[in-house]
Amino acid sequence: MAEKKTKILRRQESLQDRIFNLTVMGLSVLILIVIAYPVYFVLIASISNPAMVSTGQVVWFPREINLYGYEKVFQNTKMWTGYMNTIIYAVAGTMVNLAVTLPAAYALSRREFAARKILNLFFVFTMFFSGGLIATYLVIKEIGMINSRWVFIIPFCVNVYNMIIARSFFESSLPEELREAAVLDGCSHFQYFCKVVLPLSKAVISVVALYYLVAHWNDFFTGLLYIHKEKFLPLQNVLRSILLISQTGGNGGAGATLQQSYADQIKYAIIIVSTLPVIVIYPFVQKYFEKGVMIGAVKG
Amino acid sequence: MDKRMRSNSPGKKRAGIVRTFRRDWMLWAMVLPAVLAVLVFNYWPMYGIQLAFREYSFKTGLTGGKFVGLKYFSQFVHNYQFKTLIGNTLRISLTNILFGFPMPVILALLLNQLRSKKFKGFMQTIVYLPHFISTVVMVSLLTVLLSPNSGVIGRLISALADGNINLLGNTSTFLGVYVGSEIWQHCGWNCIIYLAALSSVDTQLYDAAKIDGANRFQIMRYIEVPALTTTMIMLFILWMGGVLNTGFEKIYLMQNTMNLPVSEVISTYVYKIGLESNQISYSSAISLFNNLINFAFLYMTNKIAKRKSDMSLW
Repeated sequence: MAEKKTKILRRQESLQDRIFNLTVMGLSVLILIVIAYPVYFVLIASISNPAMVSTGQVVWFPREINLYGYEKVFQNTKMWTGYMNTIIYAVAGTMVNLAVTLPAAYALSRREFAARKILNLFFVFTMFFSGGLIATYLVIKEIGMINSRWVFIIPFCVNVYNMIIARSFFESSLPEELREAAVLDGCSHFQYFCKVVLPLSKAVISVVALYYLVAHWNDFFTGLLYIHKEKFLPLQNVLRSILLISQTGGNGGAGATLQQSYADQIKYAIIIVSTLPVIVIYPFVQKYFEKGVMIGAVKG
Repeated sequence: MDKRMRSNSPGKKRAGIVRTFRRDWMLWAMVLPAVLAVLVFNYWPMYGIQLAFREYSFKTGLTGGKFVGLKYFSQFVHNYQFKTLIGNTLRISLTNILFGFPMPVILALLLNQLRSKKFKGFMQTIVYLPHFISTVVMVSLLTVLLSPNSGVIGRLISALADGNINLLGNTSTFLGVYVGSEIWQHCGWNCIIYLAALSSVDTQLYDAAKIDGANRFQIMRYIEVPALTTTMIMLFILWMGGVLNTGFEKIYLMQNTMNLPVSEVISTYVYKIGLESNQISYSSAISLFNNLINFAFLYMTNKIAKRKSDMSLW
């Protein structure tokens, strides 16, 4: 009797769990669709016949392949200038970021470093308090970086959050014995950093590098504030101006609607072309994300 | 944090900075570039805060001219837009916290229930992805998808609502579009930290719960949710501390003449007043005002968290 009861109980439990599992799967698939569909739609809309896209005939698959949008984007010289500028700023900027952030993070991770505590405070304070937009603008102006390419590379080359991630990694993942052994071999901090620390920290370097790279790639604010010369503008600012131009106020006629659908086609293509590089790099670094965020969270 | 640091530094003789310099000059050299950059580009502007109390002149720049006290603060408080600006800023950011804060927790719990490692990995790849889309692209994505006559989502909503609704050019829908798209873009990314916290839950707890006959839902409710509370409180304090720092970029880019009554916030106003119409001192005062309120929020939330749960940032 008792045995029978437990059996029934177990079956009931597994039924509950089965319902639970089904709910979990259902919700997951729903979330997947909500997040992935808009991106997928832009992709298929960018290669379909614009008239069909605007009348809602493109839903799941591209129809009547049409590359009008991409042609227009590739013909646009401003777009290319912006692309080139952004590649320069992103690559040079990220290199400067890493060159400044990583050694500083290493120094702050050394326990024997007497100024470590006060310098930590010095950096962390800027996360919560700033001089504000206007004062920062005036400083950049005083230094003479308005309308200069340097404004994308030199100012704000240290992101304190990224520095904390790197510092926590150096603190927690490099055994102290390693440093002691290196000291016995007569290794200075410089040598130890270059020959031991860097090669052992590929995971955290890739996460931090990706954060910096993406921040440079997506940066709109710097261009908006400090650059008024078209030839220096990065991709995001060029995109913004192209997208604004192609937003024609339709006057309701059939011609206007068609015109609008072609303008939309350009937008779809622009979205794909400008986001592609980041999306291509991203999967290679994704496996490190959890680690990166976690070690950053250990000490805030 | 304090405890750990204290136990690390030997309590006997505190080595002075000057005395250890000969030994550690290389560490100083390594940290120097970062210190200089932060000093120039983060601390120097802080000196400019005093412009809020002075007349600005092009000659003196950041130092400012005549001291005028609280003139510009009272100008702001008496401005006819004052209430609208504060109201808009608070409405947008508090709604964003109300809906945007719990979503990553829910998503992390959900992802953690997935048995298949492959499917979980695939889900993670997809939900993190939107975080890397730039604000400019995000806003143009919204304009094309939400357009009432040609956008795939806009048309659906117009059909449901029986009539053309321009979601982006409407004072009643702006808030929903802003918060919804924020969640769409960042929910996945923000859940990483909770996933990491979940992965550190002691597996013995799960085994014990199973022996006690807990079902999956009970395990989630009584083991996983409590495992997240520390992280949740910490992040909540941080979110509240940024309550008036509503994303300048996105709101600025989403603004149009139709939604401006509800979309003008303090940060966009400071930009327009300060850099488009050159009222440097006035906008500095607003900026400082904003900073102080933020700090007050951070302080208050921290204090409440400390009293209720014994957890705090400092």
